[in-house]
Amino acid sequence: MTVTLMQGNAACVEGALRAGCRFFGGYPITPSSEIAELLSRRLPVVGGRFIQMEDEIASLAAVIGASVGGLKAMTATSGPGFSLMQENLGYAAAAEIPCVIVDVQRGGPSTGLPTAPSQGDVMQARWGTHGDHPIIALCPTSVAETYTLTIEAFNLSEDYRTPVILLMDEVIGHMREAFDPDRYGDIEVVDRMTTDVPPEWYFPYDETRAVPPLVSFGEGFRYHITGLLHDQAGFPTYRQDEIEPWWQRVFAKINDNLDRIFMYDEDGIEDARTIVIAYGSTARSAVHAVQLARRRRYKVGLITLKTIWPFHEALIEELAAGAHRVIVPEMNLGQLALEIERVLGRAKVRRVNRVDGELIAPRQILEAIEVA
Amino acid sequence: MKREEPEIYEYLRHKKKFPGVWCAGCGIGIVLGSIIRAIDHLHISKDDVAMISGIGCSGRMSVYVDFNTMHTTHGRALAFATGLKMARPGMHVLVVMGDGDALAIGGNHFIHAARRNIDLTAIVINNNIYGMTGGQYSPTTPQGALATTAPFRNIERPFSTCDLAMAAGASYVARSTVYHARELERLIERGMRKAGFAVIEAMSYCHTTFGKLNRTGSPVDMMRSLQENSVSLAAAAKLEDAEKKNKIIRGVLADHDLPEYTAEYAKIIEDAQAAAGSNVAAAQPERDARLASAQKRRVREEV
Ligand SMILES: Cc1ncc(C[n+]2csc(CCOP(=O)(O)OP(=O)(O)O)c2C)c(N)n1
Ligand code: SF4
Repeated sequence: MTVTLMQGNAACVEGALRAGCRFFGGYPITPSSEIAELLSRRLPVVGGRFIQMEDEIASLAAVIGASVGGLKAMTATSGPGFSLMQENLGYAAAAEIPCVIVDVQRGGPSTGLPTAPSQGDVMQARWGTHGDHPIIALCPTSVAETYTLTIEAFNLSEDYRTPVILLMDEVIGHMREAFDPDRYGDIEVVDRMTTDVPPEWYFPYDETRAVPPLVSFGEGFRYHITGLLHDQAGFPTYRQDEIEPWWQRVFAKINDNLDRIFMYDEDGIEDARTIVIAYGSTARSAVHAVQLARRRRYKVGLITLKTIWPFHEALIEELAAGAHRVIVPEMNLGQLALEIERVLGRAKVRRVNRVDGELIAPRQILEAIEVA
Repeated sequence: MKREEPEIYEYLRHKKKFPGVWCAGCGIGIVLGSIIRAIDHLHISKDDVAMISGIGCSGRMSVYVDFNTMHTTHGRALAFATGLKMARPGMHVLVVMGDGDALAIGGNHFIHAARRNIDLTAIVINNNIYGMTGGQYSPTTPQGALATTAPFRNIERPFSTCDLAMAAGASYVARSTVYHARELERLIERGMRKAGFAVIEAMSYCHTTFGKLNRTGSPVDMMRSLQENSVSLAAAAKLEDAEKKNKIIRGVLADHDLPEYTAEYAKIIEDAQAAAGSNVAAAQPERDARLASAQKRRVREEV
C-alpha cells in the first residue's frame, strides 16, 4: 500500500487484520459502525468470520466463544453498547480469554450526545464490570496510532490472556489523515501461545506460570472454562488456598509488566514547571497548546498517555516529581484526573474539562498553563 | 432392537467432580444421562464435542462432562456457542440451559439463534421455575402456580419453548420429559444429527422449590405426573383440543432441512475470496492449521 487518506476507524480495521484478527461479532452503533462494515467485507477474504449479533451482550459473548475456538477476535461499539458488554467483559477477565473491545466514545450518559466526541468512558473501562479485575485500556491520538495501538491491543491480549479495550473517541474514529501502513512493516505480531505438555498435564490456569497458555477447544485438551472463581484446572472452587493464588496471579501478570504495558510519550518534561498529561484526541490540542506556551516562554512539558489502564503510578510520580503543576485536559468532568490526583495529590493537579460535545481547544489548555 | 449400554463414566469427570450440586432426586441428572447416551450412539470423539451452558442448576451440567466445556453468563450461552461454532464449524456444540436462562434473560439470543439456523443443539431443561435462585417464577411457570416472587399466584401467561423455537425458524424442535429418558435420548441424538438449530425441550421438575411451594410432592410424585400429563404426538392427534390443552406433547414437533448458518458463511468466504482473487493464498494458513491439529490428534492416539 502507499500513502492514503484514511479514517481512524479504517485504520483500526487495518491494524486488526494485520494483528491476525479473524473474528468480529458486533452490533451497529455510531461512531463505530465503519469498523463492522469494513470487517464484514474484509474478514471473509482472509478466511475470517464476521457476524452481526442481536445486541452487544451477544457480540462480546460470541467474540469470547470464537477466541476459545482459537480465532483472534474483536468487537467494536460506543458507550451504550459498551455498557451492555460489561458483564461479559468481566467474564473474559475472570476466565482470561484474549479479546479486543473497541469503544469509539461518544457523549453520554445514556444515548447522550450522538455522536459528538467524548472521553466519558474512561472510568467505565476501568471499573465498568463488577468485582476487582485487571484490565488494559489503550487510547490512540491519531489515525496512524489507531493502527499501531490496535495491533498492540491484540498483542497485549495474547501476551497477558486478557481483554484489552481500545478507547478511541469520535474524533479519532472519524478523522482522516495521511497514512501509510508500510511504514509500520516491522511491528511484531504476537501469536496465541501453545503448550508443549500433553492434555493430562495441561492446566489452563496453572498457578506456577504468570500467563498459562490457552489451548483452543477442539485440540484434544477437554478442559473447563467458567466465570466462577476456579482452580488451576478451571473448575469452580471456594477453597481459599486455590482462590488466593488465582487473585495474585491475575493481578501480577499485569502489575509485573507495567513497563511493557504502560505506553506513553514525553516531551520536554525535564525542566518543566508545568506538565500537561493528555490522551486521545485531547492530546492533539495539548500538543498545540504546549507549543504556544513555549513560545511565550513558559516551561511546559507534555506527557501523552497511550495506555491509561493499568495506570503506572510510580512512573507518573517520577515524571512529574519536578513539576509545580500538572494539567489534565479531558472531554469529561475529570475521570483520569481522579487517578492522577490520587497519585500526585490534589494540590498539584488542575483539570480542564468539556462535556458539551466540542473538542477542548488549545486555547483552553493554554489558559490553564498561564494561570498555573 | 436392544441398544448397547455405554460406559457412562467415560464421559464424566467422575473422579473429580462428584458428588455434584444438584439436589437428590432432581431431574437434571436424567437429562445428563440422556445426553451422554445420545453422544455415545453417535460415535463421535469427545474432543469434537463442546458443551456450553448458561447459569442456573441446569447450567451447572457442563462441569461434569469430559468434553470441551464452558459455563458462561446467565442467558448468554447461545451467543458464546455461536462464536465457538463460527470458529470451529466441525465441532458438535451442545448448549444446555434452564427455562429462565433460555427464555427470559436469554430469550433474545434464543430466537436469533433459531432464526439464523446455526448448527447448535440447544437443550432447554424446563422445570417451570428458577431453581438455583430459590423458586422465583419463570416464563414457563403455569398461571396460578405459586413461586417465591408470586406468593399469591402467578398471573403471567407462560409461553411454550417449542412454539417459540418453531416460530423463530429452528430446523428441528422436539420435546420429551425426564420420565421418558430413552425417548429423550433418541430425540437429542436426532437433534445432534441435524445440520441446523435443534431445540430439545426436556420437561423436568424442581421438587425443592416449585414442588414444596405448590405441594406437588416428592420427586417420584412429580415424575409420575410427567408420565400422566404427557402424550406422544401420535396420541395427541387423536385428542380433542380441550383434552390436549394441559398436556405435554412429546415427540419431534418440527424437522426441516434448511440452509445452515456456518455452511452459508463458508460460501461467503468462497465468494469473497474468489472476488478478491486470493483464494489459495488466504486459505492456506487455515488449512495448514487444520492439518497440524489433525496430525497432533493422530500422534496422541498412537501414544
Ligand atoms: C445477569 C444475572 N442475573 C441474575 C442471576 C441470578 N440467577 C442465577 S441462576 C438464575 C435462574 C435460574 O433459573 P433457570 O434458568 O430456570 O435454571 P434452573 O436453575 O431452574 O435450572 C438466576 C436468576 C445471574 N447469575 N446473572
Ligand atoms: S433446586 Fe430444583 S432444579 Fe435445582 S438441583 Fe434442586 S431440584 Fe434440581
